[in-house]
Amino acid sequence: MSETILETKNLTYQYGIGTPFEKTAVEDVSISIEKGEFLGVIGHTGSGKSTLIQMLNGLIRPTSGQVLLDGQDIWAEPKKIRAVRFRVGMVFQYPEYQLFEETVLKDIVFGPKNMGLSDEEALARAKEAAAFTGLKEELWEKSPFELSGGEKRRAAIAGVIAMDPDVLILDEPTAGLDPRGRDVLLAQITQYHKKRQNTVMLVSHSMEDIGRTADRLLVMNQSRCAMLAPTKEVFSQSAKLEQMGLRVPQITKIVQELGALGCPVDPSTLTVDDALKQLLPYLKQKLPRKEAGSDAV
Amino acid sequence: MAFIQVKDVHFSYDLEPGARKEVLHGINLEIGEGEFVALLGHNGCGKSTMAKLFNGMLVPGSGQVLVDGLDAGKEENQLEVRRRVGLVLQNPDNQLVAGIVEEDVAFGPENLGVPPEEIRKRVDAALKAVDMYHYREHAPHKLSGGQKQRVAIAGIIAMETRCIVLDEPTAMLDPRGRQEVMETILRLNREKGITIVLITHYMDEAVQAGRVVVMDEGKVLMDGAPQEVFRQVERLKRHDLDVPQATELCYRLQAAGVGLPEIPLSVEKCVGMFKEVL
Ligand SMILES: Nc1ncnc2c1ncn2[C@@H]1O[C@H](COP(=O)(O)OP(=O)(O)OP(=O)(O)O)[C@@H](O)[C@H]1O
Ligand SMILES: Nc1ncnc2c1ncn2[C@@H]1O[C@H](COP(=O)(O)OP(=O)(O)OP(=O)(O)O)[C@@H](O)[C@H]1O
Ligand SMILES: [Mg+2]
Ligand SMILES: [Mg+2]
Repeated sequence: MSETILETKNLTYQYGIGTPFEKTAVEDVSISIEKGEFLGVIGHTGSGKSTLIQMLNGLIRPTSGQVLLDGQDIWAEPKKIRAVRFRVGMVFQYPEYQLFEETVLKDIVFGPKNMGLSDEEALARAKEAAAFTGLKEELWEKSPFELSGGEKRRAAIAGVIAMDPDVLILDEPTAGLDPRGRDVLLAQITQYHKKRQNTVMLVSHSMEDIGRTADRLLVMNQSRCAMLAPTKEVFSQSAKLEQMGLRVPQITKIVQELGALGCPVDPSTLTVDDALKQLLPYLKQKLPRKEAGSDAV
Repeated sequence: MAFIQVKDVHFSYDLEPGARKEVLHGINLEIGEGEFVALLGHNGCGKSTMAKLFNGMLVPGSGQVLVDGLDAGKEENQLEVRRRVGLVLQNPDNQLVAGIVEEDVAFGPENLGVPPEEIRKRVDAALKAVDMYHYREHAPHKLSGGQKQRVAIAGIIAMETRCIVLDEPTAMLDPRGRQEVMETILRLNREKGITIVLITHYMDEAVQAGRVVVMDEGKVLMDGAPQEVFRQVERLKRHDLDVPQATELCYRLQAAGVGLPEIPLSVEKCVGMFKEVL
């Protein structure tokens, strides 16, 4: 049985109320996030993703509606909001804003220390988290400002993972990472999620990354929740996604076209590995490779 | 003569007093006027450093960067070099300076001394090109990540430089936004002959360039047409890169014994190929 960890009720956020630029960034969103699930969040730029997740960890206060963590309204006692931020950890879209200490390691230690852990324990956690994100040891004593874009991102992720939150929210964590870094980080997040059995929310514009990690998808469109369903179900609706500025992963598009050409393949296939497994027996028979210099089939 | 010439360039960053770190180790590269070059490489390999050398924001430790024949490392050439090479920075927040979107976009052309009526036209056109015209009176710091990125791109388009260097311009954009930016870049390149250097970690964008340069640890590792570079699947992966999913699928099918006439680089080419053979 699934158990709800986070729930929103008619959640709404407006920026600049009473100014000419008043903007409803999130409108009437009511969703339930299950304990232990890996939830992907997609949506066009400006659809409200970052605003929504900032409300989930109490960084900004809803204009109206509620956020419930384990059934409790997180704003019931505003003084306790700090505790919510430790339980719902967030890696920001632009990690630069999350790095402010003299050295990378000090930055990563900051979170666990702030939670009240002893110096040694905080340091141990920080080192573990840094190694986990693939941040090279030679960078640990550097100033965060001397890191390349991708290195900064790893440092910011390490800082949040070091707090070991129950809900880990990552706002476009793979933006700016090189392909291998992207693969490694996603594999590590998936592994961490399996081991810790915590809840992960991954916001991303890479349909390919989302396709191979998320169990369910939340699709935001023009400030509203447009869909909340299993990943395969969402990615079986190409036309609807395209209307919202999104698309299915490239591999899914290919298998859908191959299916139309008569190949026996599940049209909601989400990874290259999976596509290969299904296509290989059929295509090997249908299109055998001719050996050079021989006309034998 | 090539539009940008990089001649045996070494570059080091100053660290704590006394310490330096060399991050570019003897780069030689020529980019011709009107080329569209994608610059790839693992995190920290030196791409952004290269981009900043191209428009004189950074000065080589040794060697030379020539832009249209001008030494980009010389103080007195600064303005002339920036008239020729516009740079969209990796993090748009480092680029957005004004309090209102349209002022921000006007900032670059103003600094180049473009007359006001002309600036007005360019700003409107650039904002329309990135689909941010209706946000022209908003405050840049109050936009979403992807919206900021679009404004930063508009700011450089409005400068109408002969060369535009874009450092991961699509990192925060949704799929349609990425496609639109790619279309804008291709249009500037094809219709206006603007030289483009696109730094990206998205392989499906790199395959749309005319030439792909792969860097590794401060050196140039590969340099060629996309078809040549992306054929080397294993080599790219060894250097932390990847190939588009269409390419990966066909490469692995072929390796496992399926006969295919070519290894396509895009979804469209892949589907087109299967339509022919199946
Ligand atoms: N500080 C702010 N003041 C006013 N409006 C804002 C502010 N921050 C965001 N907005 C607006 O709210 C809307 C939602 O922004 P949000 O950052 O939540 O989008 P997003 O889905 O995260 O987009 P992206 O994919 O580009 O990061 C956008 O239209 C944006 O312009
Ligand atoms: N201001 C700086 N001071 C010291 N070292 C720096 C500075 N900026 C970058 N570096 C270092 O120089 C190297 C090259 O950095 P650069 O930003 O050019 O890499 P990049 O290829 O653009 O990487 P990414 O893909 O992560 O953006 C990295 O190892 C980085 O740590
Ligand atoms: Mg966002
Ligand atoms: Mg960079």
